[in-house]
Amino acid sequence: MNPVRKAKLILEDGTTFSGISFGYEQSAAGEVVFNTSMTGYPESLTDPSYAGQILVATYPLIGNYGVPSEVREDGMLKFFESDLIQVTGLIVSDYSFEFSHWNAGESLSNWLIRNQIPALYGIDTRALTKIIREKGAMLGKIVFAETEVDFVDPNLINLVDQVSCKEVISYGNGETRILLIDCGVKNNIIRHFLKRGVTLIRVPWDYDFSAEEYDGLFISNGPGNPKMCEATIRHLQVALKEDKPIFGICLGNQLIALASGADTYKLKYGHRSHNQPVIQVGTNRAFVTSQNHGFAIDNDSLGAEWEPFFLNLNDGTNEGIRHKSRNVFSVQFHPEASSGPTDSEYLFDDFLKLVRC
Amino acid sequence: MKKVLVLGSGALKIGEAGEFDYSGSQALKALREEGIYSILINPNIATVQTSEGVADKIYFLPVTPFFVEKVIRKEKPDGILLAFGGQTALNCGVELFRNGILEKYNVKVLGTPVSAIMETEDRELFANKLHSIDVKTPKSVAVTSIEDALKASDELGFPIIVRAAYTLGGQGSGFCNNREELMKLADKAFSYSNQILVEESLKGWKEVEYEVVRDQYDNCITVCNMENFDPLGIHTGESIVVAPSQTLTNSEYHKLRRLSIQIVRSVGIVGECNVQYALDPYSEDYRVIEVNARLSRSSALASKATGYPLAFVAAKLALGYGLHELKNSVTRTTTAFFEPALDYIVVKIPRWDLNKFNGVSKEIGSSMKSVGEVMAIGRSFEEAIQKGLRMVGQGTHGFVGNTDIAFTDIEKALSEPTDMRIYSIASAFEAGFTVERIHELTRIDNWFLVKLKSIFDSMKMLEGFNTLEEIDSETLLKVKQQGFSDFQLARFVLKTSGNLKEELLKVRDYRLKMHVIPHVKQIDTLAAEYPAKTNYLYLTYHGIEDDIICERDNKSVIVLGSGAYRIGSSVEFDWCSVNALETARKVGYRGIMINFNPETVSTDYDTCDRLYFDELSFERVMDIIDLEQPHGVIVSTGGQIANNLAMRLHEQKVPILGTAPESIDNAENRHKFSSLLDELDIDQPRWKELSNLDDIHLFVEEVGFPVLIRPSYVLSGAAMNVVSNMSELDFFLTLAAKVSKEFPVVVSEFIQNAKEIEIDAVAGNGEILAYAISEHIEFAGVHSGDATMVFPAQKMYFETARRIKRISRDIARALNISGPFNMQFLAKDNDIKVIECNLRASRSFPFVSKVIKVNFIELATRVMLGIPVVKPEKSAFDLDYIGVKASQFSFSRLQSADPVLGVEMASTGEVGCIGENYYETLLKAMLSVGYRIPGKNILLSTGDARSKVELLQSARMLRERGFNLFATRGTAQFLEENGVESTMLHWPDEDLKPNVLDYLKERKIELVINIPKDLSKTELANDYTIRRSAVDFNIPLITNARLASAFLYAICRFDLEDLVVKSWDEY
Repeated sequence: MNPVRKAKLILEDGTTFSGISFGYEQSAAGEVVFNTSMTGYPESLTDPSYAGQILVATYPLIGNYGVPSEVREDGMLKFFESDLIQVTGLIVSDYSFEFSHWNAGESLSNWLIRNQIPALYGIDTRALTKIIREKGAMLGKIVFAETEVDFVDPNLINLVDQVSCKEVISYGNGETRILLIDCGVKNNIIRHFLKRGVTLIRVPWDYDFSAEEYDGLFISNGPGNPKMCEATIRHLQVALKEDKPIFGICLGNQLIALASGADTYKLKYGHRSHNQPVIQVGTNRAFVTSQNHGFAIDNDSLGAEWEPFFLNLNDGTNEGIRHKSRNVFSVQFHPEASSGPTDSEYLFDDFLKLVRC
Repeated sequence: MKKVLVLGSGALKIGEAGEFDYSGSQALKALREEGIYSILINPNIATVQTSEGVADKIYFLPVTPFFVEKVIRKEKPDGILLAFGGQTALNCGVELFRNGILEKYNVKVLGTPVSAIMETEDRELFANKLHSIDVKTPKSVAVTSIEDALKASDELGFPIIVRAAYTLGGQGSGFCNNREELMKLADKAFSYSNQILVEESLKGWKEVEYEVVRDQYDNCITVCNMENFDPLGIHTGESIVVAPSQTLTNSEYHKLRRLSIQIVRSVGIVGECNVQYALDPYSEDYRVIEVNARLSRSSALASKATGYPLAFVAAKLALGYGLHELKNSVTRTTTAFFEPALDYIVVKIPRWDLNKFNGVSKEIGSSMKSVGEVMAIGRSFEEAIQKGLRMVGQGTHGFVGNTDIAFTDIEKALSEPTDMRIYSIASAFEAGFTVERIHELTRIDNWFLVKLKSIFDSMKMLEGFNTLEEIDSETLLKVKQQGFSDFQLARFVLKTSGNLKEELLKVRDYRLKMHVIPHVKQIDTLAAEYPAKTNYLYLTYHGIEDDIICERDNKSVIVLGSGAYRIGSSVEFDWCSVNALETARKVGYRGIMINFNPETVSTDYDTCDRLYFDELSFERVMDIIDLEQPHGVIVSTGGQIANNLAMRLHEQKVPILGTAPESIDNAENRHKFSSLLDELDIDQPRWKELSNLDDIHLFVEEVGFPVLIRPSYVLSGAAMNVVSNMSELDFFLTLAAKVSKEFPVVVSEFIQNAKEIEIDAVAGNGEILAYAISEHIEFAGVHSGDATMVFPAQKMYFETARRIKRISRDIARALNISGPFNMQFLAKDNDIKVIECNLRASRSFPFVSKVIKVNFIELATRVMLGIPVVKPEKSAFDLDYIGVKASQFSFSRLQSADPVLGVEMASTGEVGCIGENYYETLLKAMLSVGYRIPGKNILLSTGDARSKVELLQSARMLRERGFNLFATRGTAQFLEENGVESTMLHWPDEDLKPNVLDYLKERKIELVINIPKDLSKTELANDYTIRRSAVDFNIPLITNARLASAFLYAICRFDLEDLVVKSWDEY
């Protein structure tokens, strides 16, 4: 029998769920968000965009295939999206204590405990998700009896500063030089560039790259409110005046928009799943995409030189923008997937084609 | 596109069952929504798709190129849909395309082009295609001779798998460990196809499937993936399957997803496609093992598992829509271009009926034997699997607690899978096997085994309690979350045996007192991300709140469905349930459905106001009734499962609509029913209840052999047997007693050479409102579900009909029937005996309703709801046409089973055709279940003297028509004595030429008539060999003299060209 240690998930509105711990036994607070994907917890939990958040998995059976071992490749953990578990906490319905997979190194529980991340199971995650859906993403905390904590709003903290690299890192030795602004980049974005034979210069989010030599500029995904990244926006405004191809993903999409003078806003409960449908504006091309964001670009605020590139087929929100005459485009979804569907991977090729021509 | 022809799948058979009623109905719904005139060809008269208002025109004709061409010529459709009627429709479509018929009549194939279908159907072509886009397939060699097959095996090394191209659900396929096995199997496979594949064996690999949809704009989605619990080696139709996959990482999941889309794009599918993979359990290596460019059993399952209506969407895409232009039918606000996110787990479990067959192997493998399936939904694997195992309906109570099941050799039961394998895992835990050891023997992934182990451990924990009060609410909740039923709890804690009716109620009371109750959750395709108006529901103990609020306004009616398709209960009860729902809704009630069969239309959330996809157990039905507090419950349209609940629900004060449960019990309980018949002075075969063996023997002495023995409460003749001598009697009595302890076994006099007549009727307050009398072509002794039925009865004395009406009227009055009922009679020289009475809808309700064009279920439902009804004016005497219902057998799937008919039902499906006269209609019906009009050569082996005489006239006619007759010794002699010329063939076990076996193998014979000599189950080996070879070499076989005589007469009188092509409404 597994030892039972109970704890509570308390939401900002007072709603309380009781669950059983399978992670690190320490209270923690953050923003409670849900993700509807059915696979990919090792990837999601290490995705820096989740920094500051307590993640609710709507798929009830979690932990089935354990967690891969920490093998490194190109200086990155091969099977994870960053070096750390980024979430503040994890909430599931039915945790699988026993896991089974050839590539597993340890159990999810063990991994969470090692990384000091609290996690609860035995919670009606559907009921919880419905609350978030109706009332919007809200603050919450996992509370163990003896350790009370205060609510923490991660959107008031500069999370990007926490997850971004602290110094310039260089990867690969291709002819094409891509400068990557790291706002909390997922490893798989780096892998995608390396696979395509480029030299990648990864710089911190607030790094002034105007003196760097590069052929194309990339702005990564990342956590939190884009408006916190003032330094990045400032640098981008300069870069947008030049004629180099620019590509952005997720937070990168929002930052390009902000740099161009458009506005962003917080979605009620965000898009976090593997099944977000997007359509390329003006075409019949639709893609199933992986997403993880709580903020979005206001389509109506786009400047005259800009146009929506993709739209969400479900709610019509912005899923990408592009410059009408120049080689600048960005998407709100994750073409690098990991976790999630890989259908829009071609965008990396499209970008590099522009860079290389 | 104004007029579209849809091909159905015909009779239900192993490998092609109710799922195609669901897909066809959805396609027709899509056509209707677009205002397109639809024409349907499907002889399966019991389906929902062949009901009024579903298609604009319906033809009850065989789905063969000959008849389809006739319909095309007559109806001149603009387009044709081939993907919604299984392999039958697809094969027919390919042939029509090849013959140039579609081009000739300018009929456009909608959806996936035929060229693409043909490419996916030819394994070698397809493998090459996949290799050209760098997709891996099992190493395989296509061969056209046994010599080449052996050569290929040298290259690949054993074990290998043999597959025949163009077949249903793996027919003629199997594993071979050596050259001898290969030669044997290859020989058989060549009888199905002239090309077979010899492939590397991937036994033990994971089996994973994806359901992919593509539109004409090249947009693709995968609606669902599924993982087989049983690793490769067991046909997916024979496997327990979970959705979504449980043991695949993100990387594996999306690698296979990406490949699926790549394949579907390269083939050029427009619509739906199923891709099956083998996945190495120790790496990401994979093989594509099958692609189905049409709706399939898996796609029906995926639709039900996710709430995504694949067939409906596929039909819309075939008409030219893009996925992004369609709406998600569940949320009704979001787009159909998305991939469902599940927040529950689904477990599909096959239902086998192997016990019904004589001589069939219980082992399961690469070809399909199961006759139905169930789908269980839960929020943990334990919860879903235990629900599912109960749903299968073969008397088990879940994974554990099945005291009747024992294995003599557990290791063998684990490593050589049979239909009982899952239970051998429970026995293995009991015997102390570790998960690792079980994994070694079964190759089932440890993840599943560990979950099963936790169920087993909880059972052990429960056994430690002695009273319910010792269990705290937390523990109670935990075991309920693991899917333990109240029955299991009663068994483990209270440790009593029997049916535990009282104990189960104690558990229920205690559970309610402790507030441990299940909650209702919605299936909304998006895991609660968007608000959904969905009425698609299930119950789980992993929840703290209900997703819906029940109105409890006395305006809802619960209809209990029919559960898993099985021999004896299939699509006909689905038609009944759907019609009961429709009627209830029409008259202003909300219709609520409870059922768990993914192959049905009744589990389509569109057919009702609320669908509870959950168990039809007393416990779960009570849970739902507690929630809904309905106006009433209809138990009489869902077959025996629903009917059996009547009394127990009634005891809990649940309002049962229609005939009073006490009356149902009076009809079901043989003893009570018999007394009633005596009171009413109605005759019945003499019978006695088994109390002690001596009395039985005395009784048998009195009535004489043969006698019929059976337990009460049976459907489809389970454990029913005719015995001809003392030793058989004693043997079967022990068997029968084991089937049901709760109800006694009865022995009855068996009347030979009697006609069997049925009445289907609806009564209101004891007065018959509508009735239909049909007769069987076969004499009594062939189960009514296997018999060929003629309606209106054509060869019955007027006096017989009058007596039957009078008896039925008396019984309806005595039992105060309000609703549907069915009675069966034996008639011999105007002497009428009652043999069965069911106060519920029967198998033949859709057949008689559609032939007479009075919807008996609609009428019955109105009666049950207390709505005034007008007695239909129409009578069977007004009909100037007739209907014949013929049975479909699936013996070719059931290796070694003896294809004879008896009191045990063996057919898996049926058709009903309408025609101008008896023989014309019979011929259409027989052609619809796979018989062919023989060209020249017919083999006769006609059993006992009586059968020989019966068939003499037909033999004479055949000779006059120029047929060549072949006969076994006795028959040849008899024919010669009577002046009919035939060629004598030696018995299979004689080393003499010409030999009957050679003639069968070389397919020189085009029809085999082989009549068993007596009623016993064990027939002479030679006759068995003839029958079995006919089935194995795909030669039509008839084993009943009366049916044979009718069929032979029909083929002498009618040619294919003579058969009338008229739609239902033209009669």
